[in-house]
Amino acid sequence: MIAQQSTLRHYETPLLKTHFHPRTEALNKLWSWGNWGGYTTVVSFDDVAMEHSAIRNSASVYDLCPMIKYRIEGPDAADYLNRLTIRDASKLSVGGVHYTAWVNDAGHLLDDGTLFRLASDRYRICCQERHLPWLLDSAHGFDVAITEETEDIAALSLQGPTSAEILRRAGFDIDGLKPFRMAEFPLGKGHLMISRTGFTGDLGYELWTSPDQALALWDLLFDAGRLHGLRPIGSDALNIARLEAGFIITGYDFTPADICVREDRLRSPLEMGLGWLIDWKKGHFTGKAALKRQHERGSDWSFVGIEIDGNVPADGAILYHDQKHEAGVITGACWSPVLKKNIALAQVRTKYAKAENLWAEIYALRELHYAKMMMRARLVERPFFAPDRRRATPPGRF
Amino acid sequence: MPSFDAIIIGAGPNGLAAAHRLASKGQKVLVVEAAGTPGGGAGLSHLSYNLDPRAEKAMGLAAHGLEWLTTNLATTALCADGNHLRLEGPVGLRLSGDIAERDRRGWETLRARLLRFAAVLSPLNQFAPPRIAKGVGNPMGKLAMVALRARMLGAKDIRELGRIILTNVHDLLDDELSDPRLKGALAFDATLGGWLGPRSPNSVLPWLVRLSGQTAGKQGALGLPRGGMAALGAAMARSSEAQGVTLRCNARVARIVVDGERAIGVTLASGEEIRAARIVSCTAPKTTLLDLVGPRHLDAGLTTRARHQKSRGGAAKLDLTLKALPDFRGANLRDRLILSGSEHDVERAFNPVKYGRVPDRPGLEIVIPTSRDPRSDSKHHLSAIAQFAPHAPADREAARAQMLAACLMQLETHSPGIGALVESAELLMPYDIEDRYGLPGGQWHAGELSVEQMLFLRPLPGIAQYQGPIPGLWLASAGCHPGGGVSGSAGWNAALAMEAAE
Ligand SMILES: Cc1cc2nc3c(=O)[nH]c(=O)nc-3n(C[C@H](O)[C@H](O)[C@H](O)COP(=O)(O)OP(=O)(O)OC[C@H]3O[C@@H](n4cnc5c(N)ncnc54)[C@H](O)[C@@H]3O)c2cc1C
Repeated sequence: MIAQQSTLRHYETPLLKTHFHPRTEALNKLWSWGNWGGYTTVVSFDDVAMEHSAIRNSASVYDLCPMIKYRIEGPDAADYLNRLTIRDASKLSVGGVHYTAWVNDAGHLLDDGTLFRLASDRYRICCQERHLPWLLDSAHGFDVAITEETEDIAALSLQGPTSAEILRRAGFDIDGLKPFRMAEFPLGKGHLMISRTGFTGDLGYELWTSPDQALALWDLLFDAGRLHGLRPIGSDALNIARLEAGFIITGYDFTPADICVREDRLRSPLEMGLGWLIDWKKGHFTGKAALKRQHERGSDWSFVGIEIDGNVPADGAILYHDQKHEAGVITGACWSPVLKKNIALAQVRTKYAKAENLWAEIYALRELHYAKMMMRARLVERPFFAPDRRRATPPGRF
Repeated sequence: MPSFDAIIIGAGPNGLAAAHRLASKGQKVLVVEAAGTPGGGAGLSHLSYNLDPRAEKAMGLAAHGLEWLTTNLATTALCADGNHLRLEGPVGLRLSGDIAERDRRGWETLRARLLRFAAVLSPLNQFAPPRIAKGVGNPMGKLAMVALRARMLGAKDIRELGRIILTNVHDLLDDELSDPRLKGALAFDATLGGWLGPRSPNSVLPWLVRLSGQTAGKQGALGLPRGGMAALGAAMARSSEAQGVTLRCNARVARIVVDGERAIGVTLASGEEIRAARIVSCTAPKTTLLDLVGPRHLDAGLTTRARHQKSRGGAAKLDLTLKALPDFRGANLRDRLILSGSEHDVERAFNPVKYGRVPDRPGLEIVIPTSRDPRSDSKHHLSAIAQFAPHAPADREAARAQMLAACLMQLETHSPGIGALVESAELLMPYDIEDRYGLPGGQWHAGELSVEQMLFLRPLPGIAQYQGPIPGLWLASAGCHPGGGVSGSAGWNAALAMEAAE
């Protein structure tokens, strides 16, 4: 993503660098890097617990560049998105953002993401996976242009109670900005778009600018955030926060249909707890007929939040009913530092989606030997953690 | 209140067959046809090879003007030096002309075998393609009969069927025969209406499908109606009207009206809207889905599959008005004349078409209707189907002119002086046929009849049982199983499927 990239030979640079790499590289004390969609991204800068604590108690910056972004524009943009996604894109007002998902003909999830309405005939989709062929195929018969703009945008996520104050100090008046709204500000010789969105379930913002402003934006934030506990975070800390907020990640909590090999692993929005997104009244959309059939028949799988006894994260644990019958699998789990609870997200067979007497079989590696535990698992509502500050407008001065 | 139970789009053989069947079951049926006269592709056609016997009987076509001039037309494979080969009886039962005994016997065996194999497949033409999913109500009894008939072929034949079924026509012929005229004529026949050459993989199966047809109860026989195939189309139309079907010509459907995710009617080009509980499209599935319904009402994956459905046509239609009867070096002008050269010439005629170019020496299937039915002005009409012609050349006008010149050159070679007899000539390239008849790509079968687009894959996986992708919409053209020809089978099967769905 950084300018030198075009001169790099691909075999010398198997992973690309993001627009913020010069800064993240300098701060990455543990030199702990991970691959996110082909980009070098930080797993943890120095201490996961401190990074998570910044999300919940002060403020955090997360490099969002590898998030896949598509611009969809043209007279049919709203119609196109209404056919593509399961929610009503025409109801989204200009300057608004909504969470949505899209499925194939069979109603199986391809991805979820956020949809930004930049103008009446211009939108942006941000998502985890690459979908250009599907988006282009879906465009047949619609007067729209679809542009992959992942590399054209430098994006940061600024999350945490002091995030609003940091933006104010950086010179951006965000007091009137409500959740799921966005606003544009001048930044250097360019622009900064600030949306009140995020993946932490906390007060927070996502910042979108052109690559040439990337480092200036980073520096501006860190200068403004010096006395407000601003800290860069890696994906490990973010993962804990998103689990607390009950958010799913494509590829982690379900396998996207276009790369899914096993037929019984395909999941619909109804099976992933996303049924509330489906707008049954907006008219036809891809997968609607299949989803309607599933809706009427009932789905085999459900997606749930659970709390598990003990403090050993239950990643990948199999769930049992009555300690005997397989009931599902945990797709994401952590010890939640804010809740002081052992939480998890899980796919369970619908017949167990309200069951008591569920158990998680956890294998904990203890000095080279596994300790096998059967721990009580209780179904609970998601989100696990939803502080009021995330919604307050104007946001609090922490 | 819909005033019709069913609206049928297109008065081709399938539309008329479906309309008749539905009307005979008490439905109020309207057929809307874009052209000024009914019949659809029958007007392009030369000969009957697969008229559906169920439709022919139930529609009482004989009583509505269908008269066969012959139900067993002979074919002459023309040779430029006059050394013609004549194939008499269904699929060349007897060969006459200068032919080696080895080839005569080789063909006898091969012919019998091909007809046996095709006969096993023929019952499949008469019901909806089986579905591969479990517990979906396949006609297990009928399928078992097909399996039984296949079994009855015996181990040797089954092995041979397995060996040839996905192979190519060239190799198949090469195994048994040596005479280039015979191989050329057979290779031409086998690939007629397809977008493949004799050496193309999987060219044998479409040939077997063609051989599974019949005329007047004789498998593989060619029928010639008085007045040509258009008269067969006209008889189907008359029969449908007699059954109470309302037929409206010059009524082009601009869109299928979809409301609440259901097909509820049609809007004509004139703007008039007509409603019915059932919309049955008997024009190509590809056009129906992409243009008449439109992607907005369809899932994206299905739309993509429809766009990718192969529908390339390789047949052009030539009509000449001649001052006098031509002479093809003594050939019987009442025969169907095949001017194809050797099997290699057939392949060579296909090669440039792959790249959107015109062949130097296209093959021709020629009939001269006026040799049997003289015209009052004593002029003559030569009709030819020319293969292969490009469906999407870079320059349509230039390609048409070049194709016409190539056809006339071929004719001149085999009938010296014919050029001087030509008073007028009209050539329809595949794209002209598409414009006039709505067959996408000018494709004979409204979607190539190739292995990957047959049975439960026809027209597209998931919608192979005539029921369209949205409630209220049915698909019943040649683009559906079992494919094209002036047969009415797809229309008839679709009507049966509609009855079964009730
Ligand atoms: C050059 C050529 C030669 C052929 N020769 C032979 C032959 O010798 N023997 C043989 O058996 N078969 C032959 N065929 C094949 C045969 O013509 C077709 O397979 C057959 O006609 C298909 O029947 P159908 O009813 O499905 O469609 P069609 O016959 O194509 O009928 C469809 C009808 O729908 C109408 N229509 C299309 N769009 C609309 C609309 N929007 N609104 C209203 N009406 C519409 C068309 O005008 C047409 O009348 C030939 C085909 C070609 C291209």
